Formats: sequence, structure tokens, C-alpha cells
Amino acid sequence: MKAGGVLAGAVVVLLLAAAAFYAFAWRSEIDPVDPTAQARFDPALVKRGADLAAIGNCNVCHTAPGGEPFAGGLGIPTPFGTIYSTNITPDPETGIGRWSEAAFVRAMREGVNREGQHLYPAFPYDHYTNVSDEDDKAIYAYLMTRKAVAASPPPNELDFPFNWRVLLAGWKALYFREGPLQPDPGRPEEWNRGRYLVEGLSHCGACHTPRNRLGAEKKDELFAGAEVENWTVYPINGNSPAPVPWDVESLTFYLRHGWHELHGASRGSMSPVTANLGSVPEADARAIATYVADVMGRPSQERVARGEAALAAARKESEAPLAIRANAGSGGMGEAIFLSACQGCHDGRRPVPFGGLNLHLSSAVNAPNAQNIINVVLFGLPAAKGEPSAIMPAYHGVLKEDQLVALLDYMRERFSDKPAWTDTRERVAATMSGTREVPIYRMDGATQAPPETSMRTTPWP
Amino acid sequence: MTDFDVRNPTRRGVLAGGGSLLVSFSLLSRAFAQEGEVQMTEPPAQPKPELPGSLSGDPLLDAWIRIDAKGEISVFTGKAELGQGVKTALLQIAAEELEVDPAGIRLITADTGQTPNEGYTAGSQSMQNSGTAIRHAAAQVREILIGQAAARWQVPAEELRAENGRVIRQDGQALDYGALVSDQILHVEAAPQSKLKQPGTFRVMGQPMRRVDIPAKVTGTPIYVHDLRLPNMVHARVVRPPRPGATLAELDTSVVEGMPGVVSVVRNGSFLAVVAEREFQAVQAMRALEATARWSGGTTLPDPADFIRSLKNLPSQEGVVAEQGQGGASSAQTFQATFTRPYQIHGSIGPSCAVAVLENGTTTVWSHTQGVYPDRDAISEMLGVPAEQVRVIHVEGSGCYGHNGADDAAADAALIAQAVPGRPVRLQWMREQEHAWEPYGPAMLTEVRASLDPSGRIVEWNYDLWSNTHTTRPGPAGSLIAAQSLPTPFRLPPAKLSITPSGNGDRNAVPLYAIPNMRVIWHFLPEMPLRVSALRALGAYANVFSIESTMDELALMAKADPVEFRLRHMEDPRGRAVIEAAAEDFNWSSDPLPEGRGRGFAFARYKNHAAYLAMALEVEVERESGRVRVVRVSAAIDSGEIVNPDGIRNQTEGGILQATSWTLYESVTFDQKGITSLDWSSYPILRFGAVPERVNVRIIDRPGEPFLGTGEAAQGPTPAAIGNAIRNATGKRLYDIPFRAEKVKAAIGV
Amino acid sequence: MAVTLTVNGKARQVDADPETPLLYVLRDHLELNGAKYGCGIGQCGACTVMVDGTAVMSCVTPLLLLEGRQVTTVEGLGTLDKPGPMQQAFIEEQAAQCGYCIPGMMMRAQALLQADPGASEAAIRAHLEPNLCRCGTHMRIVKAVLRAGELMRQNSQGGGAT
Repeated sequence: MKAGGVLAGAVVVLLLAAAAFYAFAWRSEIDPVDPTAQARFDPALVKRGADLAAIGNCNVCHTAPGGEPFAGGLGIPTPFGTIYSTNITPDPETGIGRWSEAAFVRAMREGVNREGQHLYPAFPYDHYTNVSDEDDKAIYAYLMTRKAVAASPPPNELDFPFNWRVLLAGWKALYFREGPLQPDPGRPEEWNRGRYLVEGLSHCGACHTPRNRLGAEKKDELFAGAEVENWTVYPINGNSPAPVPWDVESLTFYLRHGWHELHGASRGSMSPVTANLGSVPEADARAIATYVADVMGRPSQERVARGEAALAAARKESEAPLAIRANAGSGGMGEAIFLSACQGCHDGRRPVPFGGLNLHLSSAVNAPNAQNIINVVLFGLPAAKGEPSAIMPAYHGVLKEDQLVALLDYMRERFSDKPAWTDTRERVAATMSGTREVPIYRMDGATQAPPETSMRTTPWP
Repeated sequence: MTDFDVRNPTRRGVLAGGGSLLVSFSLLSRAFAQEGEVQMTEPPAQPKPELPGSLSGDPLLDAWIRIDAKGEISVFTGKAELGQGVKTALLQIAAEELEVDPAGIRLITADTGQTPNEGYTAGSQSMQNSGTAIRHAAAQVREILIGQAAARWQVPAEELRAENGRVIRQDGQALDYGALVSDQILHVEAAPQSKLKQPGTFRVMGQPMRRVDIPAKVTGTPIYVHDLRLPNMVHARVVRPPRPGATLAELDTSVVEGMPGVVSVVRNGSFLAVVAEREFQAVQAMRALEATARWSGGTTLPDPADFIRSLKNLPSQEGVVAEQGQGGASSAQTFQATFTRPYQIHGSIGPSCAVAVLENGTTTVWSHTQGVYPDRDAISEMLGVPAEQVRVIHVEGSGCYGHNGADDAAADAALIAQAVPGRPVRLQWMREQEHAWEPYGPAMLTEVRASLDPSGRIVEWNYDLWSNTHTTRPGPAGSLIAAQSLPTPFRLPPAKLSITPSGNGDRNAVPLYAIPNMRVIWHFLPEMPLRVSALRALGAYANVFSIESTMDELALMAKADPVEFRLRHMEDPRGRAVIEAAAEDFNWSSDPLPEGRGRGFAFARYKNHAAYLAMALEVEVERESGRVRVVRVSAAIDSGEIVNPDGIRNQTEGGILQATSWTLYESVTFDQKGITSLDWSSYPILRFGAVPERVNVRIIDRPGEPFLGTGEAAQGPTPAAIGNAIRNATGKRLYDIPFRAEKVKAAIGV
Repeated sequence: MAVTLTVNGKARQVDADPETPLLYVLRDHLELNGAKYGCGIGQCGACTVMVDGTAVMSCVTPLLLLEGRQVTTVEGLGTLDKPGPMQQAFIEEQAAQCGYCIPGMMMRAQALLQADPGASEAAIRAHLEPNLCRCGTHMRIVKAVLRAGELMRQNSQGGGAT
């Protein structure tokens, strides 16, 4: 009798809890609007929205390779399964053509779609929540004036219970803080603008901050670096691996051009980011650079000195490339490969972006693992379409596993002061076999052309 | 028929179909045929009568055709295979008139030791010059052989026929050609007229015979100058300065001399090269030399910012290209615009290469130059020896598309060969050397002002173009980089303005349309801040771009369809025919296209007296990025009598794709210290991802008509068709080539 | 340094500077003309050959990496008298103008078709992206590779006559 009563009580409690949770999680549907009755948008607002959407990199996730811009369909791998981006063209049936401005702002601010469903944070509303209403309106104006495309993404491939959207309310309760961001009155305007963009539209932390087991950014490790789609995303805090420390000038240039003579070329999923930033006003890129430089912090004297030494070493090699050969011989197979297959472009005689970076200046060589170098060596840097750009050939098929491992070990030893990598062989084997799938992006061009809508490309081999 | 009338092409001699087989031509002497292509060549005031094609320069039949006692036939041409299929086409022509199988003919191409001097393989004139000469020579040789048989058999020649390498009489008896030839029988001058075969009787001409050079090219069989391997051969690389005109101030050769395999360092003034036993050794030695060489001086290049606009401020000489009508006609609407085209490269996919050997007082050079005789003259002048002591033999290279580095590589090899007598020297340019040192297609600026009368017809046309000369070919030794580097340097002779029917910078500057009042002026720019010379189509690329873009704007003003508007002004029936054919193949209409898509049309008759080409194409403009993609193309071409239709098609497809690449992407970049577009990363060209879905080429056959050439016909119309299609897709016209994404995006906005 | 590698099915021993790119080994030491020098820095693909079945740029492949490996060049696809299916297809489609880029195209295409015999036109275009053609022969090259695929499938089905 008593056990039955306890059981019944437990069930009631559970039901009440579920009901309470459901009530907590519920969001209203916002009425659809008639697309043809939409107000005409002020061209200046649309232009501002275009710039903001570029800063927000909307095109990168919301365009499938070979697909129409913003029509969705890109599969985004997560630890919980694959999520497909939605169609955000103004198509009334398959896009957001029936969304009112209010519905759009809510989606950005709260992570809820027009119908009231919670959105997966693969759509980084944990950042977009920081975007002001005014900017949301501009982005709305921009999206509503795009070409409407009738296209439905494939259904998400999420395992139970992740396919229950309602549970996202719990995730939000734990990890989501609604914006918008308030400026810090004690800081200069440019820094605030940078913070507003970085924490908001640019959503840098979405890649540059590591995530916990439920996929939320770790607030105590902001900008500490991560691994995304088998590319190493570098720390952009005080642990930046760049030999020559970044500053506002170099960051601004890099973000707008996709390369910097002392740092190399942006690649992997950073390629479309710099390509997008190349098409927005410089002031925005400079603001972002200002904030990020501050996050990185002023480099110590010691770090500055090391950077100067690295630069001096690079310069020396570029002026007398043959001297390296003369001093070589002790580095074994790795050295022999480097001298014969890499040195020709990477001695620094020809400056970035058309020459290879002298690796004394390489962040990749100082990264926690060799993955980025593995990716670039195996798959190369495919040319931008119709624009001057960095090009690097693919060495997949040229190097066998042992040879690539030897090369990587040599590079770490020669160009970095850090201890040897420990997982190189596993990464090489997994990348060569395809177990580690690496998305390849076309290079950002050396001129500031708006990026191809989808810069993902077929790996050469 | 001695005057050439640009506006009345039908006055030229043409075959009136069927019946008579007599052909005569008004393009006569070699010099006349080369005008526009060669510096300081004027067409003769009174052209030499009256041998067809290049026969006028080499009238002896056995300069062109020889048959030995075994019946083996050799045909000689001064033209060269550039990948355009000319060897195959000439074989077809010779085989047709000689009544033999093409496989039975040995064709010898451009060789100063063996073949006629036909100047350059350029200007799309190989069929006109060499094809015509060979056709007539072959026909006359055939008739001579028939005459021999008639004499031997004592029968009238009319009762005999030639077939399959033999002369056959009515009762079936036959004599092989080998049995009919005797010593000097072909050592006679060609007659002005020939008994040419009728088009209806062709066995091989007009057929898509497979190219004779392709099997070797797909199996790695040696065929390129790059593949030549001679006994005792050495490998060489030149070291060029960082900019033109720089002199070699300091050089430490000690490191290089000790490197494995190095045979010698060649230094002659500022000419610097290294020779080694193995090719890679030569490359490594070159890099070492580059590192130790110190250069001083050299040309300062102009400030690239707004450079093309500044062309108008350079000193110029005005040449009147065309002037007709009184002007002052009643104009209802006027369109005016400025168009520009940057320096662009040939960009041969295989950098230039040559092999040279000095043996027994003769320097023999194997080269892919377009002109073995002119290059021979320049090299012998450079070496200070009589021309007979230099022999230049053409061997294929990669496509050159005009005056690329080939002539210079030949000179480099010849000069190096002097330093290692008896050893053949294989000299290969590096990629960055080809990009930096090849002569470019000149930057051009054009201004159009055209007016319509109230009925929508063009009533007035004013056209001004600013351009360098489009040719600095050797010619003189001063056109060679090696010669300019010697201790007593040869200098490039000053360029001179020359207005000729074929045109140079002014090629195709005169519209073929019926326009009562026209004034076309070439503001010739003698100063050449960057090295320039002939690039496929010469001025036609920029001029037709300007003219055909203007035609579309005028059509819009007249509220007319672009095709109909062109037909409205096109009196030449052959021009009308290609326009109609291209429009039909494309399914031209004014039906609305999906968002971002546009259609464009363009037409030109190359040089206003060569091949006719019209094209329609569809583009897609990616609104978010400004990227332009050509989706599909329909072209129609009239090259006169067809020798090999597949050759015509191949060249036309190729010209369209190449000109598409030029138009969408290409521009040489430089700063004041030198050229900065040094490879494919800094000078992007078309890759497979941007290639159209479909390119159709319709060929209009004109049996019995003169050959009109093919290779350059598509270059002019392509940029205009693309510009017109972008205008149609977006409402915005682009005036400045290349149409890169950034430019297109700026024009179309958000 | 003496390296033994298999080229077109035959073991070849090459004694050369270990840094020598495979391109020069093939052309200068082994006198094979298929692979071409186009740029030497892996931007144009004129030097493309197959190593162990994968398409590589031979201009950036040093000899010291090739001990014991299998290299295939265009000469290994057939001969003038007996062209292989890839060569046959390029001849049928007359897919060449100057022809300089063609061996590189053929080797890249061969690697693709060996891995994916039914490769679509879109896949062919995507995989040929690293290879440049300046003459504008692209349309015919694509057609030839499609045709080569057909011929190779026919051959493997014992279809016989090409």
C-alpha cells in the first residue's frame, strides 16, 4: 500500500515537473506576414544589413556548397549529430518570407523561430543575442531583399534525446544569457564597438572558445582555442601561438585581406571569415582587431624579444636561402623532405601571400598539435576563383605516412621551442584515411573581392 | 584590283561558285600579307602580280613540293604548327590537289634551311598564305605530272586523270608519280592561275580529318622542342635582372662553379646564364646565381594607380584610320563612353624553350618561334655573323598566342651555345621569367561617341583609341632581351605609327556596319613603359569590345533587339549569315531569364577582311559575390572554304574560352620596381570550375571561297558578348576589363 | 643517391641528387616526355603523374620520397600503336590544341576514373580544377574523360571493341 502510494506520488511529481518544464519552455508562435505586403526597404538600411551579415558570416553556414546563397542545406557536424542549416531566403514556403521583423529579432535575441520552436545553438544565438535591435532590423532588411529560393534542407540527423527541441530550454537555462550587450563606459568607443561585434555578430568564440560536453562555450576558457571540423582553431587570448605577437594593425590587415606577411594566410574555416570581412568598412575590422588585441593582452618583453628573434631568423633565411642547405644534414628524413619539397616556396624570398610563409613565423608550428599543417600539406591551399591568391599544391599521394610524420616532427623541432607533439602519427593516419574528415576551403583572394558564396571546395586528390 | 577597300569587301576577287576554277587573289606579296604583324612594314605601293598566296615570295614549285623517284612526296611550308592544326590542314590541301593520301605526304614546316620564308605564323593567315600557295602548287604539280604522262603516252592530257599517286589513262594503264618525275621537272615558276579541284569532288578537304600531331601528344612521343635530346646536350638557365634595363653590377660565381654538374657560367655584359650537365643541376645553379648577382639601375615602371586612364597623357601621334562623310548629321540620341583594357599576358602554359648548338661555324637553333626567318635574322645580327651562319628550325612548343618568349629563348640559347661550342644547349625559361619577360598585349583606352538618327539608325560614329604598337617582333636584334643585355647593347628601334588594312592597335577599330559618317583615330603611343607586342587578335580585342558594347547601348536607345539592330546596319550578306546563325543556334529571344541571368550578342569580321564570327552567350551573375560565369555559348563562323571543320571548331572554342578568361580575370600587375604578376597565383586564369556548360560552334561552309583563317576571330566578340550579357542580367554595363568580382559587385550593389 | 622505383611497370634505378623533383627524373634521367614543366611550383598541373595510384604534381615530389613506389605516366597508359582507353578517348574527341597540358590532364583523370569509374561530369570538372589549360580546350577535355570512362567500363565488362 505504502509503496504504491510513493510510486503514485513520484509519478505525480514527475508529471508536475514535466508540465512545469513544458510551460517554462513554451514560446508563442508569431503570426506570419504576407510577404508581398512587406514594406520596401531603405537601400541604406539594406547596405548596412549586408555589411552586418558579412560580419556575422551568415552566408557561410546558410549556403550549401554549390547551392544558392542563404538557401541552407549545409550539414554542420556536432557531437550530437548533424544539423542542417535552414533556408533564410525570403521564400514564403521554405524560407523566412513569412517572418515579421519581430520574429526575426526574436530568433536572433532568444534563439526561437517564428513558430515558437527553440533553435539549436549551432545557430549561434548565444552570440547573436548581443546584437542590437537596430542592427537586427538592418539584417532583416538585407535578408528580405535577397533572391527567394525554394529549397528545404534535409532533416537533422540527431540521436534521441537531442532531437527533442523542447529540451533546449533546459540548455538555455544553464548556458544562455540574453542580450543585447551593454557597452562598458570605462572603455574607448572603438573597443566597445569591437566587443559588440566580437561577442555578437562575429561570434568568434563559437570557434575560438572550447565547448563543454553539452556543447556550450566554456566561460572560464574564453578564446582559449578549440578544434572545429578537424582544424585547430588557435587561442586568441594570451596564449596566442603566433611567434610575432599580433597587434591592432596586423590583426586589422589580416582580417581584411586574409593574409599577413608575418603570420601567413587564413585557411580552413577562417578563410570565409576574412573573405567576408574584406568586404565591410575598415572601421569594423579595426574595431574587432582592437578588442581581440586587448583580449590577447600586451605581450611580455620576453615574448616580444622572441618574436623579434623569429623575424630576424626568417629574414636571414630569405636573404641567403642557400646557407640553410649548407648547414643542413643533421635532421634526417624530415629535414631532407623539407629542404627538397618545402623550402623552395617557404624560404621567405617571396612574401606572403604569393610566397610561402617562412615557418619561423608560423602559428601552426606552435599549435598544440600538427593538425593544421597536416591538412595544408595533404590538401594544399586551392586557388581562389578568378582572383589572385595563395596557392599551395596538395601533397596527398606524394608523402607516405612515415614521411609526413618525419616532416612534421622536423618542422616542430626546427621552428618551435615547444615540446614535441605527441599525437602526430594518429592524426596523420586518420587524416590520410579519411577518418578525420577535413573540409577544404578555397583560398581567400589577395584582392578584397566579396567571397564566393560557398568557399568549400573538393579536395584535390 | 590593287586597292584594298575596307568598306567594300565584296570588291575583292571571289569565286562565283561552280564553273570556273580560276582563282586569283589580291593579297599578294609576303610583306603585304604580314602588314600589321611586323614593325615598319608597309604594304607595297604596287603589289607584285600575281601569284596566289605565298607563291609570290617563292615562285618555284619545288620550293613547296618535291617528289622523288620512289614517289615519296615532301611538302614544304614556311608556317609552323602552334597547336592550331595547321599541319593537318595543309596536308589535307596538298593531298587533295595532288590526289594522294595525306598519310603519304611528308610535311616539313618552318626551317630556314629548307622551307620557304613565309614570315610569321601569325595573323590567322596560314590558310590564306601557305594554304593557298600549297593548294595552287599542288594543283600545278599534278597538272605537270599529267602533262608528262600525256607526252609519254602521246595522248591528250584531257583523257588522263590523277588518282592515288598515279596518272591513269582511259584504258586503265597507269604511271606512278615516281616514274613521271625527273630532275628539274618541278623547278619551274608557278603560273598565276591553277586548275583547282571543284568542291563537289573533294576527298579530304572539308573533312574533319584527325590531327596528325595529337597521337604523339597523348602518348609522350617526342614532339615538343622541350623533348629534344641531342647527344652531348647540356642544360642551361638564364638569370634575368629584377627589372628591364638593369645592369649586372656584381657577381660572385665561386659558389656556383663548385656546384655539381656545372659546366660554365656564361656572362656577357648583363647577360647571365649557367650551364650544367643535368637539368635540375642547372635549376639549382640558377638559384644560386640569382642569390649572388647584384643589379643596378633599370627602368622604373609607372605608378600602377590609375595607369590606364593616364595613357591619354602620354605623348602621342594621331593616325587617321577611317574618315568618311561630312559629319553634322541630325542626331536624335548620342551614346558616349570610355572603355579600357589592361596589359594581359600570353601565358603559354609551357614556358619558352630552345635548343641551340654551334658546330662548324653554324649555329643551329630549334625553337617554337612563330617566325624562323625573322628570328634567324635577329639572332645573326646579335651574334654579328652573316645570316647564313644561323639556322632556325621550328619545333612545337606550347601554345604561344602571339609573340611570347619563344624568340628570346631562341636568342638566349644561341648566345649560350657560343660559350660551349659543339655541345647542344637546352635553354628553358622558368615560369616567373615567362610571366615577367614575355611581351604583353598592350593596355588600351578607347572613347566612343555614336549617334542615332530619329529613325534609330546610326548616323555618326567617332572612335578614338590610345595604344602602343602591337608588335615588337624580331625583326631587329634590338627586340631580343639577350641582345639588349650585351656589353654594347642593341636597342629596340623606336616604334612607328603605321596604318594598314590589317591593322595593328587599330585592328578592327572600324565597324563593319553601314554608317554614313565615321571618324576613327589611333592616338599612337610610342613610349612603351612595359614590354609589349602581338597578343592574339592585337587591337581587335579591345576595339571590338568597345564597338560591340556600344552597339548594344545604341540598340537600347533605339528600343531595338540587339540582333535586329545589328542586322539593320549589316549589308554584307556573309556578316548577316553568321549573325542569324548564332542567334538561331542560341534560340535568341527577349523572353525573361531567371534572376541573375543575362544574354549578350556580339559580331565582328576579323580585320574587316578575314573570318566572320557572331556569338550569343548567357551569363550568370552571382549577386552576392559579383562573380560572373558564362553558362552557354553559341557561335557561328565563316572562314571561307573549309579545310578541316574540326580544326575551325577547336580553334573557335579555344578562342572563346581564352578570351573569356582574359575578360573575367586577367590583368598584369606591377609596381614601380617591377612586374608583380609572376605566376598563376598572382595572375589567375580560367579553371575548370568556371568553364561553360556548353559551347556550340556552327561553321558556315563557303565552297570555292578564299580561305579566311580562324584562330583569332573569337577574341574580339567574346568580351563584348560577356559585357552585353552582364548588362542584360544586371542593368549595369562594365567598361573596364577585367570584370572581376569586386568590380561587378560594386556596379550591381547589394 | 640511388633510388629504385617502378615506372610504368618497370623497375628503374635512378642515381641522382635526392632532392631532384620526379619531373626531372622522368624527363632528364628516364627520357619520358609525358610529364611537362609548366611552373615547377604545383600551380598548373602540367607535371601531373600518378604515384601509387594517386595523382600528384611531379614537380614538387622529390626523388628521396620515391623508393619502392609505383609511378605511372602517360607512357604507361598505352602507345602510339596501342593507345589505352584514356588516350583513345582523347584522340577520338580530338581533345587537344597545343597539347602541352594534356598528359597532366589525362593522369589526373586516370586517377579519378580508377577510384570512381562512373565519375559524373560535375565530379570530373571538380577534380580537374588543379590543372590549367591555356588554349581553352576544356570542353573537349571533359568530353574525352567522359568517353574514357565509357571505354574503361566497356573494357572491364569484357565489352571488347572500342
